[in-house]
Amino acid sequence: MDLGLSEQQELLKNAAREFLENECPEQHVRDMEEDEKGYSPELWGQMAEQGWQGLLIPEEHGGVGFDFLDMCVLLEEFGRALVPGPFMSSVLGGGVSIMEAGSDAQKSEFLPGIASGDLIFSLALTEPSARFDESGIECEATVSGNDVTLNGTKLFVSDAHVADYLVVAARSSAGVCLSIIATDQDGVNVTPLQTIARDKQCEVVLNNASGQLLGADGAGWDLLKPIIQKYTVAECAYLVGLSQMDFEIAVDYAKERVQFGRPIGSFQAIQHKCADMVTDVDGSRFIMYKAAWSIATDQPDDETTMAVNMAKAWCSEATRRVVAHGQQIHGGIGFTKDYKVQLYFRRQKRAELAFGDADYHRELVAQQLGL
Amino acid sequence: MDWSDTTVQSTFRDDVRDFIMTRLPDRYQGDSGEGEDFSGGWQADRKSEDAKARGAAENWAGALSEKGWVAPAWPKEYGGAGLTVMEQFIFNQEMAESGAPSVGGMGVSMLGPTLIVHGSEEQKAEHLPRILNGEVAWAQGYSEPGAGSDLASLQTRAVRDGDEYVINGQKIWTSGAHFADWLFTLVRTNPDAPKHRGISFLMLDITSPGLTVRPIIDMGWNHPFNETFFEDVKVPVTNCIGEEDRGWYVGMTLLDFERSGISDAISYRRGQKELREFLVSGAGKQFTRQDFSVVRKELADRAVETEVLFNFAFRIVSIQDSGMVPNYEASVNKMYSSELHQRMARTSTKAWGLYGNLWAEDSAYSPMNAAHVRDYVGSVPHTIFSGSSEIQRNVIATRGLGLPRG
Ligand SMILES: Cc1cc2nc3c(=O)[nH]c(=O)nc-3n(C[C@H](O)[C@H](O)[C@H](O)COP(=O)(O)OP(=O)(O)OC[C@H]3O[C@@H](n4cnc5c(N)ncnc54)[C@H](O)[C@@H]3O)c2cc1C
Ligand SMILES: Cc1cc2nc3c(=O)[nH]c(=O)nc-3n(C[C@H](O)[C@H](O)[C@H](O)COP(=O)(O)OP(=O)(O)OC[C@H]3O[C@@H](n4cnc5c(N)ncnc54)[C@H](O)[C@@H]3O)c2cc1C
Repeated sequence: MDLGLSEQQELLKNAAREFLENECPEQHVRDMEEDEKGYSPELWGQMAEQGWQGLLIPEEHGGVGFDFLDMCVLLEEFGRALVPGPFMSSVLGGGVSIMEAGSDAQKSEFLPGIASGDLIFSLALTEPSARFDESGIECEATVSGNDVTLNGTKLFVSDAHVADYLVVAARSSAGVCLSIIATDQDGVNVTPLQTIARDKQCEVVLNNASGQLLGADGAGWDLLKPIIQKYTVAECAYLVGLSQMDFEIAVDYAKERVQFGRPIGSFQAIQHKCADMVTDVDGSRFIMYKAAWSIATDQPDDETTMAVNMAKAWCSEATRRVVAHGQQIHGGIGFTKDYKVQLYFRRQKRAELAFGDADYHRELVAQQLGL
Repeated sequence: MDWSDTTVQSTFRDDVRDFIMTRLPDRYQGDSGEGEDFSGGWQADRKSEDAKARGAAENWAGALSEKGWVAPAWPKEYGGAGLTVMEQFIFNQEMAESGAPSVGGMGVSMLGPTLIVHGSEEQKAEHLPRILNGEVAWAQGYSEPGAGSDLASLQTRAVRDGDEYVINGQKIWTSGAHFADWLFTLVRTNPDAPKHRGISFLMLDITSPGLTVRPIIDMGWNHPFNETFFEDVKVPVTNCIGEEDRGWYVGMTLLDFERSGISDAISYRRGQKELREFLVSGAGKQFTRQDFSVVRKELADRAVETEVLFNFAFRIVSIQDSGMVPNYEASVNKMYSSELHQRMARTSTKAWGLYGNLWAEDSAYSPMNAAHVRDYVGSVPHTIFSGSSEIQRNVIATRGLGLPRG
């Protein structure tokens, strides 16, 4: 039993913190909100040099071969710095999908490009029904041998506008199937949507789009399960870093802001909010890492599933409480565009909803508890 | 990060588990042990009129003492087992999992550790063995009517008279004083000094002349605690632990024993599991409210929150295990655990609709022997004693986060 970071994880964390403080400052986050691509190819390249896009990818495919816990340590830092861009899309949506479901040939074809940052991937899972379960997948797939033709609309697809490839979940006569499609074809039409977090989620209209099968036809939903689990925990890790930073900003502000002749942080009403914030942030951190550990060490399926659902149920709501307190502690200044705390508040909502909010996961927990 | 045991840890865990399985008296088997209960358990059994209860208490204490496990945290030279914090954690975990009562009460958990750090050799020799062999049970006389959260404002006065102190005043909320043989208490020896600097830590025989213990009945109609009055009670000065007027620091000694609160988490998890199993059983269905969906998600939430509490407990022990001392983290655990306890009780009673207000344990109409409605009342003081939730939040904010004091 040990809830501390390993030496290697400490190194990774410190290196990431230092790098992101320099290369991804607040101004960069703001610039990317207004940017059409939503990320800086230059920073993207520097991150790849750090080995981050390839962190999870085995060395034989050009990656670093770290485990999923290490990835969560890194993503916590991404949340803290609010790193914009297609990192999770490419690494979790593309890299993990191919590692879980790809043939050797597909791994050799795509993983080195993902690791080097030369290729950008995204996962096209949800549709206008906005559901996360199997029946939400209605996009039509026609499978012939290894070739797949797709018709339908995928919605809320992160970073599809800059992705080279999409991993698409669709429904064939055999059930759900996954496929890899290139975005530079006539049958793929991508339109970015405006979101609260000013990230880039897109509508993707597929009109006889063609691609290659990823995993067996009909096995798509089973293949998606570990992919969705990792992605869900990755969102939790991002939320942990985000809420930790929001909390630190609020505590610092409470120490400095003077009203009634004293720092507002000396008022109990503010102090108790801060105490609740640290409880929620810490609670989020450990329940997230428990799920990440469960995945990384291959604990029994039912335990991992429960751990993941519990983590997202908790993190979704606890981090929302944190950023709400963060706003309240700041008074009027927090409501302005210029002040930084709102950046966290808006992004929390995106991640809260991604892969299901607290209500969605609580329901799954209830089912597993036999209720 | 690792949520599992090392091999050494799991070997120790197996030892503890085997021991409990073979030695725990029948009376304590399958006990759902809702934390420390001052009106029952081992403390009460050892003074029970029922010979069977007394026998069980004695047997269990005897079995534990063979291993030094009456006071597993004390150093071996004082009759403890000298367990590391991680071993203590595992020990406490297994005790709680099996519902086995811990033995020795406040003598083991509070007075002993204080004596070991601050007591003279004579004091240790006199008192420690009698705690270990179950001869003497202790109660804590700190709080007063005018000194609760602000304990240092206490007024009970001790005046030195030759080789004795003469005590006058009143203590309140003295848990288990009606089962106890001795009392440890904080008294004011110097009224002119700043409030933290005029307090002394004294031990006294509860049968001392002039000392009166009067029951206080709680809102659940139990008798867990008492008022304790002092009228010219005489205590030898040799019963002062540490220096005179330095008692505050003796009483507040941070004892770096395992204080993760893992037992709470385990008992909450077990309680919820029993509730869920009963809810979906045939016997349970007759009591379950028709619009059960209003409780379903709450039950899931409580399960998630219990997981959060487990992690908080694991965090404390990992901090200690790596040789560091927890700071605000211990306050987080106390606050979170006690508040979760109350939410749990609220959710549990909610499941039963109108049946949730039935109090009689032995009525056929009371679901699960009215355990939940009783817990709904019984959990009320948990956010008050051992540092109220407000005090814990103050500590987290000021000591933990460095916010300026109000
Ligand atoms: C959308 C908007 C419109 C506005 N319009 C106008 C306007 O038209 N005209 C105008 O004059 N003003 C306006 N205001 C200003 C508004 O009145 C102030 O924001 C408000 O008085 C709070 O002051 P503050 O923002 O400086 O926060 P602060 O006073 O610095 O408060 C920060 C935090 O500390 C807490 N706090 C402060 N004192 C205490 C205390 N004693 N005990 C416990 N907690 C305390 C606050 O509750 C808050 O959580 C507007 C503000 C907003 C956000
Ligand atoms: C079941 C039970 C068993 C107990 N057993 C023992 C025992 O064995 N021995 C013993 O000595 N004592 C015992 N106590 C007493 C316990 O330690 C006190 O109840 C506790 O210290 C709180 O004191 P109080 O009850 O006087 O409440 P108060 O201190 O008067 O508090 C009243 C309310 O004011 C709040 N408050 C107080 N100060 C602040 C502050 N600075 N900021 C914000 N809010 C504040 C509190 O949080 C609380 O909500 C026991 C109490 C209970 C309920």
